[in-house]
Amino acid sequence: MSDLAIETSGLVKIFGEHRAVDGVDLQVPSGGVYGVLGPNGAGKTTVIRMLATLLKPDGGSARVLGHDVVAEAGTVRSRVAMTGQFASLDEDLTGLENLVMLARLYGFRGTAARDRAAQLLDAFDLTEAGPRQVKSYSGGMRRRIDIAGSIVVRPDLMFLDEPTTGLDPRSRNQVWDIVRALVGAGTTVLLTTQYLDEADQLADRIAVIDRGKVIAEGTTGELKASVGSGSLRVRVADSADRETAASLLAQALDAEPVLESDPYALGFTVSDPGVVPAALVRVRDHGVAISEFSLGQPSLDEVFLALTGEHVADVEPDESEHNRGEVPA
Amino acid sequence: MTATMDAKVREAVGTADRPEPVGPLGSSLIFTHRALLKIKHVPEQLFDVTMFPILFTLMFTYIFGGAIAGSTGAYLDYLAPGILVQTVVMITMYTAMTINNDIKKGVFDRIRSLPVWRPSLMVGALLGDTLRFTMASTVILVVTMLIGYRPPGGVVGVVTAVVLLLVFCFSVSWIWTLLGLKLRSPEAVMGVSMMVLFPITFLSNVFVPIETMPDWLQPIVENNPVSILVDAVRSLMIGDPDGGSILAVLVISGVLVAIFGPLTMRSYARKN
Repeated sequence: MSDLAIETSGLVKIFGEHRAVDGVDLQVPSGGVYGVLGPNGAGKTTVIRMLATLLKPDGGSARVLGHDVVAEAGTVRSRVAMTGQFASLDEDLTGLENLVMLARLYGFRGTAARDRAAQLLDAFDLTEAGPRQVKSYSGGMRRRIDIAGSIVVRPDLMFLDEPTTGLDPRSRNQVWDIVRALVGAGTTVLLTTQYLDEADQLADRIAVIDRGKVIAEGTTGELKASVGSGSLRVRVADSADRETAASLLAQALDAEPVLESDPYALGFTVSDPGVVPAALVRVRDHGVAISEFSLGQPSLDEVFLALTGEHVADVEPDESEHNRGEVPA
Repeated sequence: MTATMDAKVREAVGTADRPEPVGPLGSSLIFTHRALLKIKHVPEQLFDVTMFPILFTLMFTYIFGGAIAGSTGAYLDYLAPGILVQTVVMITMYTAMTINNDIKKGVFDRIRSLPVWRPSLMVGALLGDTLRFTMASTVILVVTMLIGYRPPGGVVGVVTAVVLLLVFCFSVSWIWTLLGLKLRSPEAVMGVSMMVLFPITFLSNVFVPIETMPDWLQPIVENNPVSILVDAVRSLMIGDPDGGSILAVLVISGVLVAIFGPLTMRSYARKN
């Protein structure tokens, strides 16, 4: 077996006239977290649904854990699990009943099913909530019980579709910790997200998807390096001085300024961070007061901007991914 | 998350052994159990199954009984088997609602991604529904007997009549599973199924004998599967089984499953 968990070539899915996925090639190595990053409607969910055998591709091919997703769908299904935006539990049942049901479906019998469900509830800090209906759970608890339901038997590969969308920061951190624990236990995780910092935090490698196509792929470091080695962000004390500061810094750093929507802020992508201190001194010498500055790696937002010419937030959301139930079969 | 929680998650993931997957019958029964759990948690859903039949029985018996059959008592003998059929056939549409809701809520995706026999979700749900049909039948029989109905066919007649009705309804439900998969929302499912169920149950011999209808309408009503079912159920409850209509009901049921079973499963497998 190859050491690729997922390998796709020219994957296509068309909904009516709309090419939701338009020739996606992915090579996802076994182990670790692979992030699929893109705005709403980029085609992330559609890719995952094809890989999880819930949707038949209209073109191209995909192998998951060495098995073809169409010809060997049954084998793929027995080794992957899916959680997230859509794959969910029965809200009318309690958390415990849901997990017991799943454990039975996976083949645990009698008390073994109950024991497994209880162990999972305990591991995800849900023992107390176990006897309550899932519809009464908070967003963070929902996501945890969803993930618990996906690891009733250990999947070799787990799809997490936007696992933290809509969660408060604390719940988000919990989900991130769970993802790291899953990887620690040997499961490969493919995660989609529209949050750049999430991909940054969790993923070893990232594919950036836009309008059904992969527009960049690599480690976070590689992606950032492709747009420059550092990012300087400056806030001036008086917004009237921003123009002056911009032209002074542009000259000193030999870089184009990016004027942010914040009227005090401007940013630069710099190739040599070493020249930054001198440049800042020059600005001060011209009598422009700087209230704050920071120098770091470029953010993934800047990467996305450099790749597509658009901010992530500017991209028009495409509803088609969310109307999947209404798409003709 | 605390360090111990992290360790517990790792342990929970790591220790999961892989038992032999459950067989087709096992998984179907697990989904049947799920339907029962839903009844336990959402008992309101039994409202339709109980109140609707009680209201219908009382309304028709006391409002129309005298006009149609001369007395409420005489009408009840005619109406009881009919209203039993009408009520249970009407509630078959909830099958479609259940499936449509599962698709909306994502339960469907999770279950389809499990390595179990795929039709078991449908079969299990239908078996659970069959239990609801049984409950509704019981309610109707109790109510009609409380107001004076004494089925001449006795226990054997009544039980065989209900079993025949359940067979028919289980088969009809496959039409609704297909509808539940194809339509966009539970509201659409409700609309379409009402459009089918109202005419099919009223254009029948449930409430009045076919002979009282205009000539042009009679052949339509006579060949309505619901009329054939009512004939069969009535004959069993009277204690004079009509082999022809019973056989016809079984054939119709078989044909329905043979057509809509595969169509449902095809649509299930291809569902986007």
